[in-house]
Amino acid sequence: MAKPTTVSSDSPALDVATPEGKKPLAGLGGPAGWLDDRVGLAKLSKGNLRKVFPDHWSFLLGEIALYSFIILLLTGVFLTIWFKPSMAEVEYQGTYQLLRGLPMSEAYQSTLTLSFDVRGGLLVRQVHHWAAMLFVAAATVHMLRIFFTGAFRKPREINWLIGIGLLSMALIEGFAGYSLPDDLLSGTGLRFVDGLIRSIPIIGTWAEFLVFGGEFPGTIIVPRLYMVHILLVPGLLLALIGAHLALVVYHKHTQYPGPGRTEKNVVGYPLFPVYMAKAGGFFFIVFGVTVLMGTFLSINPVWKFGPYTPNQITAGSQPDWYMGFVEGAIRIFPPIEWHLGHTTWSWQIFLPGVGMLGLLFGGLAAYPFIEAWITGDKSEHHLLDRPRNAPTRTSFGVAGITWYAMFWIAGGNDILANTFGGSLNAITWAMRFAVWVAPVLAFIITRRACMSLQRNDQDRVLHGAESGVIVRTPDGGYYEDHMPIPTDEAYTLTQHAEYPSLEPTAAVDENGVPMPAQVTKRRARVRDWFFRANLAKPSADEIAAAHSHGDEAHEVEASDEHKAVSQH
Amino acid sequence: MSSEVEVTRSHPVPDPGIPEHVERWVDVDPAASRRAERQIAACFGAVPLLALGFIVVYFFVPKTWAIQFAGLHAQAQNFWLGLLGGVAILLVGIGAVQWARLIMGDHEISEERHPAGSTAEDREQALDEVHEGITQSDLPRRKLISTTLKIALPSLALPALVTLLDMGPWPGPGMRAATIETTIWAEGVHLVTDVTYRRIKAVDMVVGELVNAAPENIQDLNNDPAAKAAATAKAAIIIVRMDPNTIKIPQSRKDWQVDGILCYSKICTHVGCPISLWEHQTHHLLCPCHQSTFDLGNSGVVVFGPAARSLPQLPITTDSEGYLVARSGFTVPVGPSYFERDSTHDYQNGDN
Ligand code: HEM
Ligand code: FES
Repeated sequence: MAKPTTVSSDSPALDVATPEGKKPLAGLGGPAGWLDDRVGLAKLSKGNLRKVFPDHWSFLLGEIALYSFIILLLTGVFLTIWFKPSMAEVEYQGTYQLLRGLPMSEAYQSTLTLSFDVRGGLLVRQVHHWAAMLFVAAATVHMLRIFFTGAFRKPREINWLIGIGLLSMALIEGFAGYSLPDDLLSGTGLRFVDGLIRSIPIIGTWAEFLVFGGEFPGTIIVPRLYMVHILLVPGLLLALIGAHLALVVYHKHTQYPGPGRTEKNVVGYPLFPVYMAKAGGFFFIVFGVTVLMGTFLSINPVWKFGPYTPNQITAGSQPDWYMGFVEGAIRIFPPIEWHLGHTTWSWQIFLPGVGMLGLLFGGLAAYPFIEAWITGDKSEHHLLDRPRNAPTRTSFGVAGITWYAMFWIAGGNDILANTFGGSLNAITWAMRFAVWVAPVLAFIITRRACMSLQRNDQDRVLHGAESGVIVRTPDGGYYEDHMPIPTDEAYTLTQHAEYPSLEPTAAVDENGVPMPAQVTKRRARVRDWFFRANLAKPSADEIAAAHSHGDEAHEVEASDEHKAVSQH
Repeated sequence: MSSEVEVTRSHPVPDPGIPEHVERWVDVDPAASRRAERQIAACFGAVPLLALGFIVVYFFVPKTWAIQFAGLHAQAQNFWLGLLGGVAILLVGIGAVQWARLIMGDHEISEERHPAGSTAEDREQALDEVHEGITQSDLPRRKLISTTLKIALPSLALPALVTLLDMGPWPGPGMRAATIETTIWAEGVHLVTDVTYRRIKAVDMVVGELVNAAPENIQDLNNDPAAKAAATAKAAIIIVRMDPNTIKIPQSRKDWQVDGILCYSKICTHVGCPISLWEHQTHHLLCPCHQSTFDLGNSGVVVFGPAARSLPQLPITTDSEGYLVARSGFTVPVGPSYFERDSTHDYQNGDN
């Protein structure tokens, strides 16, 4: 196949032809001209309108997060029209028969009103809750995409940190929202938070009294969480998302490696109109899907749980999914509590509760800097890594996911015990070990898997793809015929960067004067370990040799067809 | 930039360049192109109809109607509003995406990247400007101004933080003693069932039974829902009757019970869930939140799970008519731990 070897951005082939005749905004008259006179519209949009965005399904994950946030804002505003953030007690007299005459908080009552008396209210409530689930899920998977492809590397470390801020804020936002209706489940969740805050060493009781305005439950926590949920955190989220997107525009999007894609360019479709139509359309698709989920899938049916009363609970109560890992840590942590003098230190709540969140988000925030220290790599990266080509990072990622998953599963230890008939005791003990062992296994397995995937890549480049054709040689042997892979693919499989191992530099220069060691022995060792699973890619000579060798071996059998394909 | 470390990107297979543009079906077949146009227009065209349907449902489907269909039970209004609205929104999206995919030109274009950092020249210029500004401000020579300003700004943060200290009462020793360290249980308070507030006769309880109960004086708080909720959150109890021959009763708690009827706080010592699951053969009480398990046949000690302290026991006896009544309040604070809690008086396995 003939291909252009180089592409220059101003080559005529790339110019999108403008139809002869009148331009749509000839002369910038009308409102556009009016605006331009005042704010320099043309100056602002010039060059930016045709900004290039690369296309890949995994780039949609961040978009899903963004769009579900917009859906949350829209549906949330509708909910504020009816919701009353008040813990004052009223007697329910609304449409839902089963709760009539019961005392409950105004917050819970207004949630029932929204669900049964406001037309469309239930729909909007359910869409809001589904969008919240989607928001956290999409942001999480988006983060994993960033992690596994190395998009967090220079110059995007700040955007990674903003992303971590966004994710942690998303959890707080979700939890605050979950607590607002003041039903039995949300009240139980709040009581848990009360216990959690209390457990903070030294200042816990003070923090509890300030946050709850005194003893649990008090009357002020729901109004306060309401402020957090509709003003404080959304405001911070908006500001952070703004900064996040501004940086994406400034850095220009990363791209996957492939023919014509380099560290110095970005290949894709222009913002206006293609990307705008795709992204705008995708917003409506995400919105439409969440509306349909809100229609068909019931979520958080608070009327079934009843109003919160501090002496009741339902068995098998579970937080929303994204809190499951904290729940699991709390469940399996051994009961370590110190009773020193007249004080009590509840490590078994503080460490898995507060400490676990700190460890997760702290670890995530630190990772780009740790990796940069290990590799010593100070260059900018705009081409994404294929995860197999960064085996140690990929293994860390899979180990992290496994770690998270083990805690998450432990959060359902009672459900596990019920479903599989095991003893709760045994399952809890098994999980206590699993959270340590499973990540290590995951790390080892992933590293091996990455290496065999790399070997597979090498094979494809050197010997081609299996053709599925079994060939019998004249002397009776069999082998599977291989077809050379397209050059585009061969390029993609061999373009990645390599990190040769480093010699520790001397701590003294040639005149014996001490100087700061550029590469210490320890650093060189860690770096070697980090890149140990990176296989060297075949050289141009090796590829050429393998191909000519292959051609000879197959000469006898090669059909005309085969020949045609291999002439690239 | 300092390249103490080498990153090499060799290209054993030379870059073939951006793949040649491949025509789409719609680019070469005018009929397909027209079909695509019609499909997209159909998506957009259906939207006003669906929107109209939404409005009709809003006004004419009463909220009492329900839909029963193959095990599905839904409010008809919710169902139709969601279905029509959701599909309408979805169609706008599908139309737009198809328009971009099938009609808009799909030539990939390439744009150059520039390093994120400024050029050396820009840096130089910026530094010059900063230098000029600093010189003009005369700060380097006016140490007094810069020092006082450096103190002034942070000192503004303190008043801002201090104003937050009134978010709640301060849990000093007196406040703690009046709130989290006490309950409304006291000597002579009757144990009553938690929903109907009926007194409980010792002889009416059978072995193996568990009763959720409350202090009788909780009803005094009926006019103050907030106080009642706070009191309930701590004073909730469970009463169990076990065969006295199968349980361990320490010497010090001999007269805290009535013929194997024992009373414990219902509030888990872990993070405070109300405990509810009772296995009467083993005398184990399981918290549904994180599965802490307490042995009520052994003064409430923890036998499993993340809780670290025994469940506080309420000393009870009977009044002259045989009704269960408290001998005193709880002897230790109930509920989850907090820093200032003196946990040396809690019952430990083997205590007497
Ligand atoms: C909470 C809501 C979030 C929203 C609304 C959001 C939105 C977006 C969008 C629309 C993009 C561009 C498309 C893409 O790369 O997928 C993006 C890029 C990016 N996001 Fe997020 N994101 C969120 C959370 C996160 C998280 C949790 C992280 C990581 C910890 C993160 C890190 C990044 C980075 C580093 C980029 C630049 C990636 C690149 O150019 O390849 N974001 N974000
Ligand atoms: S609250 Fe009871 S085990 Fe956690």
